[in-house]
Amino acid sequence: MENEIRSFVALSPEEIDLNDCREKIRSSENGAECHFVGTVRNKTGIREVIRLEFEAYEPMAVSEINTLIEKAHKLFEISSALVHHRLGVVNPEETAVLIIVTSPHRDAAFVACRFLIDELKKSVPIWKKEVYADGEVWVSAHP
Amino acid sequence: MKILFFGITKEIVGRSELEWNGEIPENINSLRKILAEKYPAISGLKSIAFAVNERYANDDQRLDSKDVVAVIPPVSGG
Repeated sequence: MENEIRSFVALSPEEIDLNDCREKIRSSENGAECHFVGTVRNKTGIREVIRLEFEAYEPMAVSEINTLIEKAHKLFEISSALVHHRLGVVNPEETAVLIIVTSPHRDAAFVACRFLIDELKKSVPIWKKEVYADGEVWVSAHP
Repeated sequence: MKILFFGITKEIVGRSELEWNGEIPENINSLRKILAEKYPAISGLKSIAFAVNERYANDDQRLDSKDVVAVIPPVSGG
C-alpha cells in the first residue's frame, strides 16, 4: 500500500521563515531534506529590479500545487513536501518561494524538489511583475 | 457567468472581474474570440489559457451561466 504524503501549501504576503517551514513537515523517518529557495535577483539583464509584485488565482494555485505534490509522490519516493510562495511585494534578496521535500533517501528528495519548482513555474497560476526604476513588466507575458 | 482576470489581462481589461450578462458563448474557443475582438491587446500576449471553476479548460469545453471562468495569461511564479 502506498504511504500517505504529508504536505503543506501556503501563499502569503508575509516573509517566509525557513525554520518554521521545516518544523511543519519534519519527521524522524527521513534521511534527506532538500530545499529550493527562490530569491529575488536585483537585476534582469541590465535593468535594476526595485521589487517584484506577485499575484495569484489563490484557490486554483493552491489546488494546482497540491496536484503537483500528488504527482511527485507517485513518481518519487518522498514522504513530505512543502511549497510556500509569497504574494504581493517582494524585495531583492528576499525569498519568493520555498520548496522543501523530505524522503528516506536523498535521490528522491533532490529530483522531486526540482520537479516541483519546474512544474510550478510552468502551470501554477501565479504572476510576477518586475518593477524597475524606469518602468515595469509582467514577466513572460509577451512573445 | 463570471469572468476573472489576472496579471496583465487585468490591466488590459481594467478590472479583475466582470459579470457576463449577454448570451453565454458556446465554448472556451468562442469566448476566446469574443475577448480578442473586444480587447485587441490580449492577442499580443504570448498565450492565454482558461480555467473553468478553478481547473484548466480546453478550447472545446462548453460554458454554463453558473461557471466562473478565469483568463490566465502566461504564468510566471517562482
